[in-house]
Amino acid sequence: MKPISGENPTLQPIKVSRRKLLGGAAAAALVLVEAPFARAVQVAVTQAELTDPTKIPGVPPGQVGTRSTFEKPVKKPSNISSRTPLQDLFGTITPSDLHFERNHNGVPAIDPAKHELVIHGMVEKPIVLTLADLKRFPSVTRICFLECSGNFRSGSEKLSPQDICGLTSQSEWTGVMLSTIFRQVGVDPKATWFLAEGSDAAVMTRSIPVRKGWDDAMIVYAQNGEAIRPEQGYPFRLFLPGYEGNMSIKWLRRIELSDAPYLTREETSKYTEPLKDGKIRYFSFDIDARSIITFPAYPAQVQKGWIEIRGIAWSGRGKVQGVEISTDAGKSWHPASLNGPILDKAHTGFRYVWQWDGRETELQSRVTDETGYLQPTYQELVTARGSKGGYHFNPITGWILKPDGRVLLSNG
Amino acid sequence: MMNAIIKITVSVVLLSWASGFRSFPKPSPASGIGSDTIFNFGRPATQADIQRWDIDVRPDGKGLPGGSGTARKGKTIFAQKCAACHGLTGVEGPSDKLVSTDSSQVKAIGNYWPYATTVFDYIRRAMPFNQPGTLTDEEVYSLTAFLLEANQILKPGTELNAQTLPAVQMPALKKYILDDRTGGPIIR
Ligand code: HEC
Repeated sequence: MKPISGENPTLQPIKVSRRKLLGGAAAAALVLVEAPFARAVQVAVTQAELTDPTKIPGVPPGQVGTRSTFEKPVKKPSNISSRTPLQDLFGTITPSDLHFERNHNGVPAIDPAKHELVIHGMVEKPIVLTLADLKRFPSVTRICFLECSGNFRSGSEKLSPQDICGLTSQSEWTGVMLSTIFRQVGVDPKATWFLAEGSDAAVMTRSIPVRKGWDDAMIVYAQNGEAIRPEQGYPFRLFLPGYEGNMSIKWLRRIELSDAPYLTREETSKYTEPLKDGKIRYFSFDIDARSIITFPAYPAQVQKGWIEIRGIAWSGRGKVQGVEISTDAGKSWHPASLNGPILDKAHTGFRYVWQWDGRETELQSRVTDETGYLQPTYQELVTARGSKGGYHFNPITGWILKPDGRVLLSNG
Repeated sequence: MMNAIIKITVSVVLLSWASGFRSFPKPSPASGIGSDTIFNFGRPATQADIQRWDIDVRPDGKGLPGGSGTARKGKTIFAQKCAACHGLTGVEGPSDKLVSTDSSQVKAIGNYWPYATTVFDYIRRAMPFNQPGTLTDEEVYSLTAFLLEANQILKPGTELNAQTLPAVQMPALKKYILDDRTGGPIIR
């Protein structure tokens, strides 16, 4: 049988010398210089080739990857914090350089070789640990959100998810269980609290129940596969899953076991909630369940037709049980799909595909966590507490779709 | 013949499958690590290791250093080291108001702080903001006395020390209630 030509090509290496390649390029350049008429044509060709990635060799491999120059997600800094651009992200892991920041007197520069953690107080054997020591212990890796409890803003219809609640982020954290270290130091059974202290210019301190230390507290030195970032507590920080962010003391230098809490400035003057009866609620540790639609959300522009409503939901008290979406300002609710795996005390993605007829309407999301807690409306929170904001303020967020496709914060 | 080959292949596959289980046993405490294992990493902490950093003060006064101070001395120090950010009388700003007045509902030491010891602890560890950790214990006692007097909590002329400071009663203490929410369907 006569083979059809080209059916069985035999591959043969073609030898091209480097000199020949360079010579070719040089010849092309010569044409450019010698013939002004041809030059105009040549420039046009080069332009086309520049925008066609299949016509020029790409950038060789490098030491550190970078974002596409077309993508510019950025945190929004103020003097005291910097917010995660929730509306620009996908999935649930926050890129480490976009993790929110909140500090009380700047980010310290710490040389891990000179940094120590002292654990003392009501313990049998007080110890000093270095980063190298911590890395010798059995390691634990866990995906969890971290949220500042002062994470609610309103006041303008032109606020993005980043503006409203950008003080929440999620990472894969690696470190050692605090309980492993508690066993080694021999925590006195009469100890009920421990003080955690940072090595920053605020020498940040918080009192934490010892039971949290035995339960799921960690000292973490890695975030998303690499050493934790300076803004997140390098060389290591305390990490308390589900608790308000301020308690996960960064740049950890000291843990003191005690039989009473310390009532530090950060657990009295700050991070407490004035209630309507004149009382002040303190030691509010757990982050209440919350959800937010991150698309469509200000400043997105949408078109009528199919829209996938997307967002994140989370609870400091456990797993997300379900998320519901309303496309009629809270009159009716429909279950959204959750993106698995659904993790304990973790941002959980949700989706709801919907067809917009182009008429003005309001989108909302609300989460129920595994304790049966249902995310409240703004009005329910105001009625319950008598305040229009403050710490642990987690209302349903509504987005108005305008007929021209603009998306604006409801009651902004 | 064909049959035999299939049989051999099947048994080889089965064998390697079964032995796969043998060579990857489930991790178990038998490997030597239990939930009660103590690793003894790090080094014992000496008194010096602890004392260099142990500056916290509890409401019962535990942790307060020796020394003493008065509002009169505190006023002078405040003017020099604090007024630039908090104002000469602690209300002019631009940073946090430190004195609560009847006319203002702003949260401040006099109407919001439950314990006087916290004032001492916080100033000693974190202020002045631009030079934290530079005050002597005597200066901190005096600044605490000045701020408590300005908030009309301390009788003028009272000397503050490790005994008198924890005894100061703060008006806001009675407002404090523990958060007892544990989830579930209630909104509070
Ligand atoms: C350079 C500016 C600056 C100077 C100087 C300064 N402070 Fe402050 N102070 C601040 C800032 C900013 C805060 C808020 C810090 C925060 O919230 O983390 C603050 C907070 C405080 C608070 C807590 C207020 C509250 O309601 O929680 C007290 C008390 C205080 N300062 C006392 C002092 C004293 C006493 C001095 C002088 C020794 C002093 N400060 C000097 C900037 C300053």
